[in-house]
Amino acid sequence: MESFRKQITVVVDRDTIVSACEILRDTSDLAYNRLASVTAVDYWPKEPRFAVIYQLFSIPKAEYLRMSVPLQGNDAILPTIEGLYANANWLEREVFDMFGITFTGHSDLRRILMPHEWEGHPLRKDYPLGVEEIQFSFNFDEIDRKKHYPKE
Amino acid sequence: MKSRTNSVLEPHLEVSFEELKHLVSERAIKGETMVLNMGPQHPSTHGVLRLLLELDGETIVRCNPDIGFLHTGIEKNMEVKRYEQAIVMTDRMDYLNTLGNNLGFVLTIEKLIDIDVPKRAQVIRVILAELQRIASHLIFLASHALDLAAQSVFLYCFREREIILDIFEMCSGARMMTSYFRPGGLWRDIPEEFEGAVREFIEMFPSRIQQYEDLLTKNPLYIDRTRGIGSISREDALRWGLSGPALRAAGEPFDLRRAVPYSGYERYDFEIPVGSQGDTYDRYYMRIAEMRQSLRIIHQAMDKLPGGPWRSDNRKFVPPPRSELGRSMEAVIHHFKLWTEGFPAPEGAVYVGVESPRGELGCYLVGDGGPYPYRVHFQTPSFSNLQVLPVLAEGCLVADLVAIISSLDPILGDVDR
Repeated sequence: MESFRKQITVVVDRDTIVSACEILRDTSDLAYNRLASVTAVDYWPKEPRFAVIYQLFSIPKAEYLRMSVPLQGNDAILPTIEGLYANANWLEREVFDMFGITFTGHSDLRRILMPHEWEGHPLRKDYPLGVEEIQFSFNFDEIDRKKHYPKE
Repeated sequence: MKSRTNSVLEPHLEVSFEELKHLVSERAIKGETMVLNMGPQHPSTHGVLRLLLELDGETIVRCNPDIGFLHTGIEKNMEVKRYEQAIVMTDRMDYLNTLGNNLGFVLTIEKLIDIDVPKRAQVIRVILAELQRIASHLIFLASHALDLAAQSVFLYCFREREIILDIFEMCSGARMMTSYFRPGGLWRDIPEEFEGAVREFIEMFPSRIQQYEDLLTKNPLYIDRTRGIGSISREDALRWGLSGPALRAAGEPFDLRRAVPYSGYERYDFEIPVGSQGDTYDRYYMRIAEMRQSLRIIHQAMDKLPGGPWRSDNRKFVPPPRSELGRSMEAVIHHFKLWTEGFPAPEGAVYVGVESPRGELGCYLVGDGGPYPYRVHFQTPSFSNLQVLPVLAEGCLVADLVAIISSLDPILGDVDR
């Protein structure tokens, strides 16, 4: 358990994340009945490489709780919490799309924002931030030569 | 096993039929129901939302939203921008709620670097955020009514929105892409004519809300198209993580301005409107009621607008005023440091949620000790609310789907980021 700026982060093992969510949701004096956000952070090249971040909110208590699940880079798999919070469906799909973290038991684990045939996972730190040089008249031919697809 | 009747499932060569088979029911594969593509260039999808509809006659059996056409990689781009530079990108997410996005991001940075904001800046932020909420709800009302073929409401709403945008231009220099809130306060003080313009607007606007209501609220044609269409129960709305007007329409009085007050919202007296049936009509009415509450907040804020500084004087994070640069060497150094390398934020992670016109806009920010954010994540309300569309649309007619989409008020720039 860590605390920063009065916000609490509970580090949870991936095997206990589903039961932790269940207890937090169903215990009446906790009542974390809203899943606000699911995301991930890539700490490449450090290990454990990923941290999947869950942000729960308790409407009766008006309080946030953050859970973090550390994952090894070569074993980025964890169970889904879709059965407890239905909106985890798209949130986990986004994490899968952006980080390549697999959620076992997910009903529809496809890419959501990137095109279906896209290679790589853009928010990983080893994924380069690409740029496309703007084609002006002074560098028109130079850029045309570099294009690896048919010229217009 | 490829079937010719399902060619709409295979827009790209790379996607195999087997991979997407689970999106439709068995009946579609047998050819009993029809699979229809709607969007992404459909005018009623409010941007580039593509829907894969399975239809039995005119009834929707299944609806699969396909998003990502407006994905611009804002989160990735922010990782190579300094904190102040990244504010500019928040304008481009939800382009109808620019000041609200600025506020969410700026509050997160302020939480991370732990800096106080002067009272005057907080009150101005509240006034502008509420004006932005009204402007956003006006666009909702305009496009929602237009989708149901009420053209005059559309024109009236845009007329009033223009007045609000003029106020934004007065403060920030830009009608839409404002970037007006900065860590520690504002970009500059509000101009003299601001107070008069806002007062004039809040005097005039209540009668205009009444005009919209006269056109829609009791209109039998409008009620026929919206009452009982796309209903969701309170339990389901919570389970699907809805927020904002969509959740309140289902009967849950959840508003982050009240639940986790930020920017001094705890000092204002306002009500949280709550619906009963969670249908399209309730979602419409929530926004009408919220515009009235926003006006109340602006009234109170204008009355107690304090004088004093509009920007923190913590020079490590906030640039010194221009006037000091000619007199103080220290000010020049701070100015130079801030505009060349930015300010370092401590190592740590914070999450701040604000109430955008569409619901909870959450920002998760990880700092690594340097001037660049290590990771920024925006949990946008349109994204969370849009995924409930298949639940709402099931069993409705195609014509009602248009009303349901607009009642959720998704902004595709906000969905895809």
